[in-house]
Amino acid sequence: MRLFQSYPALLEHFYRVTAIFLNLSKPLILRSRMIQRSLIITEQLFKKPVFDCQMCGQCVLHNTGMTCPMTCPKNLRNGPCGGVRNNGNCEIKPEMACVWVNAWERSKQMSVHGSKINVIMAPLDRRLQGTSAWVNELSGRMEIIQDEWSS
Amino acid sequence: MSGQAEGQSRLERVLRSGRIAVTAELNPPDSASPDSVYENALVLATLCDAINTTDAAGANVHMSSFATSALLSKAGYEPVMQMSCRDRNRIAIQGDLLGASALGIKNILCLTGDGVQAGDHPDAKPVFDLDSITLLKTAKRMKEKGTFLSGRKLDTNPQLFLGAAANPFVPPFDFRPLRLKKKIDAGAQFIQTQYCFNVARLKAYMQEVNDMGLTDKVFVLIGVGPLKSAKSAEWIRSNVPGVVIPDVVIKRLKGAQSQANEGKKICLEIIEEVLEIKGVSGVHVMAYRQEELVAELITESGILNSRTEKY
Repeated sequence: MRLFQSYPALLEHFYRVTAIFLNLSKPLILRSRMIQRSLIITEQLFKKPVFDCQMCGQCVLHNTGMTCPMTCPKNLRNGPCGGVRNNGNCEIKPEMACVWVNAWERSKQMSVHGSKINVIMAPLDRRLQGTSAWVNELSGRMEIIQDEWSS
Repeated sequence: MSGQAEGQSRLERVLRSGRIAVTAELNPPDSASPDSVYENALVLATLCDAINTTDAAGANVHMSSFATSALLSKAGYEPVMQMSCRDRNRIAIQGDLLGASALGIKNILCLTGDGVQAGDHPDAKPVFDLDSITLLKTAKRMKEKGTFLSGRKLDTNPQLFLGAAANPFVPPFDFRPLRLKKKIDAGAQFIQTQYCFNVARLKAYMQEVNDMGLTDKVFVLIGVGPLKSAKSAEWIRSNVPGVVIPDVVIKRLKGAQSQANEGKKICLEIIEEVLEIKGVSGVHVMAYRQEELVAELITESGILNSRTEKY
């Protein structure tokens, strides 16, 4: 399933379709706790195998080349650290490609959200760990965090 | 009453005056005595505009950067306090920023920090609650808006001159200038780079950075330092995260009669070359626990010859 990450343009479109579908179901989702709980499971089912999702609850995949920044051992959300190895691998896990080297290469292939890699992302709200990023997006929580940060 | 702590940092004044600035690194001791801090500072002080105190560099424990900077500030020296996100969360960081300003520490170098695996406590918990960019923006907010991240108001804003690191020598090369822009947007006023042993790469990077207009907004100091021997160069490049030493440099060291002298010579050549690059405001000289060698290098480079007054 990780192979999907080599097709960021495809994933980007999948992301857009998911967003449209979720937005249409917004009234239903925000009303029902049960649906919200089932969304957590659905997210885990999809995002874990494809992105190695860590369930931070604040998904920014479209800002980071459809590459999960939480898989960076330093959890960096704003770009690569200065420790990237000559071969493009991680300072901390020498056998792993740097998450941000991948993120950058992939974002260049994304026509819609690719340039969003330049946005300065807010620090994580650690209270949202384990919650559904989809619900947090629909409820406006994500927007509030980023707006307060950018203000 | 809301207000702002007084005064611009000396480093900021030197950079704004257009002079070539020199900063040097002081490695905090494994000691509870301030003596070696003062001894090393004495060696460096007359030769540089500011002294960086490293924050558990390479994730090895030493006296804290904050305490070392406070000692320097108290003794009348000009510190650049390096602050990494590896060991403290946003609560500790914001408290330390206030404390630093209160103690007269105005230059802060905002870093993400090396991973704990690189150091002597690989079993430690890495924090990384913020990263270098969110740390910069947090400090900028405190300084300019006078609020904590939570929005709570400060009584007195800290007076800070904010710095960040850049590493033009590691991938992804074409993203590095954009990352620098992010750091400037987040609040960086000066940059100190990782060790430069590849001037061609630096030139390509600076060209892009100049084209983007970034050097109008930020002062760039290039990291330089002497290599002791080919063996130590090889050790550094395989053990210190982010330091790239090309094979040709190691070959040159190996072929030299005195490797230490050759290392110094290479460093002096690099200093000369980088100062000619457009957009470079100075150098940042580093040599782990060899403060006297740093002093020698600065003297021999002749950078300070044009100075008529000391800052």
